[in-house]
Amino acid sequence: MGANDPLVDLKGFIGARVKRTEDDKLLRGQGLFADDIHLPNLLHAAFVRSPHAHARIRSIDTAPAKAVRGVHVVYVWADLPESARQRIPLLTPNPAIRDPLMPYVLAKNEVCFVGDAVAVVIADNRYIAEDACTLVDVDYDVLPAVANGQAALAAGSPLAHTGIKDNLGAALRMGYGDIDKAFAGAKHVVRESFWQNRGSAHPMEVRNYVAEFHALTGQLTVYSSGQAPFLEKKNLIDLLAWDPERLRVVMNDVGGGFGPKAIFYGEQAVVAIAACRLNRPVKWAEDRREHFLTATQERDQWWDLELALDATGKIQGLKLGMLHDNGAYFPWGIIMPYIAVTTTPGPYVVPAMTVDLKVAFTNKVSTTPVRGAGRPQAVFAMERMLDKAARLLGLDRAEIRRRNFVQPSQMPYSVGFIYRDGKPVRYDSGDYPQCQAKALAVADYEGFPARKAKARAAGRFIGIGMGNYVEGTGLGPFEGATVRVQQNGRVTILTGASPQGQGHKTTFQQIAADQLGVPLELIDVTTADTSGISMGIGTFASRITVNAGNSVFMAARNVRDKIARLAAFMLQVKPADIAMENGWAHVANDPARRKSFSELARVSQGMPGFSYPEGVTNGLEDTQYFSPAQAAYCNGTAVVELEVDPKIGQIKILRYVMGHDSGKLINPLIVDGQVQGAVAHGIGNATLEWMRYDENAQPITANFGEYLLPGAGDVPRVNTQHLETPSPLNPLGVKGAGEGGTIPAAPAIIGAIEDALSEYGLFITDAPLTPQRLYQLLREAGAFKTPASLARP
Amino acid sequence: MDTRKIKLTVNGKSYEREVETRMTLGDFIRHELGLTGTHYGCEHGVCGACTILLDGRTARSCLMLAVQANGHDLVTIEGLALPNGDLNPLQNAFWENHGLQCGFCTPGMLTTLTEFLRENNNPTEEEVRIAISGNLCRCTGYQSIVDSALACAKRMREENITL
Repeated sequence: MGANDPLVDLKGFIGARVKRTEDDKLLRGQGLFADDIHLPNLLHAAFVRSPHAHARIRSIDTAPAKAVRGVHVVYVWADLPESARQRIPLLTPNPAIRDPLMPYVLAKNEVCFVGDAVAVVIADNRYIAEDACTLVDVDYDVLPAVANGQAALAAGSPLAHTGIKDNLGAALRMGYGDIDKAFAGAKHVVRESFWQNRGSAHPMEVRNYVAEFHALTGQLTVYSSGQAPFLEKKNLIDLLAWDPERLRVVMNDVGGGFGPKAIFYGEQAVVAIAACRLNRPVKWAEDRREHFLTATQERDQWWDLELALDATGKIQGLKLGMLHDNGAYFPWGIIMPYIAVTTTPGPYVVPAMTVDLKVAFTNKVSTTPVRGAGRPQAVFAMERMLDKAARLLGLDRAEIRRRNFVQPSQMPYSVGFIYRDGKPVRYDSGDYPQCQAKALAVADYEGFPARKAKARAAGRFIGIGMGNYVEGTGLGPFEGATVRVQQNGRVTILTGASPQGQGHKTTFQQIAADQLGVPLELIDVTTADTSGISMGIGTFASRITVNAGNSVFMAARNVRDKIARLAAFMLQVKPADIAMENGWAHVANDPARRKSFSELARVSQGMPGFSYPEGVTNGLEDTQYFSPAQAAYCNGTAVVELEVDPKIGQIKILRYVMGHDSGKLINPLIVDGQVQGAVAHGIGNATLEWMRYDENAQPITANFGEYLLPGAGDVPRVNTQHLETPSPLNPLGVKGAGEGGTIPAAPAIIGAIEDALSEYGLFITDAPLTPQRLYQLLREAGAFKTPASLARP
Repeated sequence: MDTRKIKLTVNGKSYEREVETRMTLGDFIRHELGLTGTHYGCEHGVCGACTILLDGRTARSCLMLAVQANGHDLVTIEGLALPNGDLNPLQNAFWENHGLQCGFCTPGMLTTLTEFLRENNNPTEEEVRIAISGNLCRCTGYQSIVDSALACAKRMREENITL
């Protein structure tokens, strides 16, 4: 069958490997990304940005820029309407935040990171706007910058913001169980410190906004390349003091997100304000350098752990101190570091644990979740601790994990923490021992020692490593969907959920098609349009299939019920006698007696003055907002076999197996793609991606030459082994699947590197482990007999 | 404003335009001709999303000026489908093998692989990986793109067709 043929018409779309309905137009170059939007009289914005990490603004002279031919306006903070001269609202407060500092849309009188926006130029085209930006003369009084999270909390550190008491932006102590008893009774205590840098998300499409004011109706439409249409709308309502009913945020095609596009950024408000004032549409298209400087990141964390174990290697307790380099502001509160620390116990029974979390302000761009959202760091720390403990106790690395797993019989299992959704961390379902066992079996873990010995005899260094994780996904509060049968017989799904490549449209079509008995081609899906549905949140936290998917399911089931009632009335049978197929409702045992969806929809819309028969209500449509009781916890195991070339610190991954349980699969093709892509991101985190700053907090990796994303040669085929433990928390039994591949990658890869080089006795505590860093570690371990004359001083 | 008149062919159609000399070719294609299927991902020649075919050879449209394309024959993603409107074998293979997620890198992947598969319709997996090593994708983890290219090559050999 060719791809131009109709999509597979299967009975039962849920669980089927259905080709995506999104693809045809994207393969023809007919997508509609925000920067593809051309409107008559469109103007273009460019921003003047701070070259300093920290400075006071003495004055700004915009006159030379305004004089440039083709420039319409130049705005600084003082030019904005009063509502937009306030700080951007903090939508995710937390009592642990001491100074809930949020940015201004344009800097007021102080810049707090390199790239902070100071002024905007609106011009006929982007070239002119950028020309004029260079003529905006900002007089800065440069202040000392805080460049490092650890240094930020040291006595005598400069302050990241004027007016704050110190750089401790948030602090939190929590715990459960009797930690003193756990350590007093421990046979072994393992201590280690880790540094991790998670870099940036770098979707291939950067941030783009187009704002269009419709003077006739007073309507403002903002097209965005974001992840959270309703959160963007909430911010715009406040910053523009705008009528919510005349504000529409739309995301058409979005070229990847991975976290930072869920954040509201000041540029969006500025573009909207300019469009309204000038009564002309205004576009801002970010460039990659701006994205490096100003899109949020995850960056540096320092982890200190003490793990208490009994004589058999069973965990007794865990003490964790974590320091997070937050950057300048709190656009997502402390959700990411909070997720990180509460993820640490993972799939293991940890009877007692304490956490001491410190969040430091620095003069860098803010941090917020990137694919994995703090969990990769937690899993790196915990899995590395288990590797270290295994070495200390002389246990096999898989065995020490087996001895500590939460067992399926313990489900639901309460860890002891409160999760970021305000509910206890309570694993709803999963079979962690089986997941690891399956991944190890497929990776032929048993056969590895023989492979290693053979390779070593041939002068090669191969190693194997593993990592387990549990991830709280599908977070509420809700997402919604309307399912509607139209008078033309087609079915429409409307949802506030916003895809950026995850294949949501196909997934929702599959869910609705099963309920309504229609082929996918008969279903139109509108996503990420705030005018399509009353309420919504956005796409992050692996939450859409759980929240929006179940909303589609519930609404479609109710529409099915409405169709059956109306058709039963018209065909003079009972609703239970109605079957549905291919856009027709017919009598189950007499298919010739039937009514088309089109006719039923028209009848359901009513005739003026005529009442409905009993049991029939208006319209073949329903709206549902599924609100999960708590997070659905997915889990997985990565097993990686790789070869190291010690002379250049380079690795080659030979085998990558991912045991993965995200509950019921709607479309295995899409889930496999999510896992493979997430693993690629994890490989970048483990070996390449490092967002670096100098001692003045000046970014020194600000393009794709200095900051490496994994390429086609770095990412192997991932052998994904699904387990399907349905979540009991939602009707479809689904869990999130978009981030799992990323989460255990670094400990599995770095554990494998260490194993390959076991003869040098390395214990690796840093990620990313770049080739240079690995080479350096090997050199320090005496791996190279460098002549003294060539050794570095 | 320094401008020049240029004449070029894009997807078989001739255009004659007055352009600013400093305008990049990608901006010209996207914003002057309205062919927005070619994407800008980095504007410094690394990500490959803006790759087009210029006289049959791949070129980064972010690193060329529009005036440099004067007199040349260009093909963008919009020009890849068959004359009857069907997707071509490479586009088809991408659909069959889930070779795209967000679709943003797709124009560059398709044009790069078009050039490559025209020269080598029997590549190894390693050769495909090298062929797309100058194109970044943040969604797929590349495997499905590699599989798409291999599936297309197989079909090209079996059906004795080219791209």
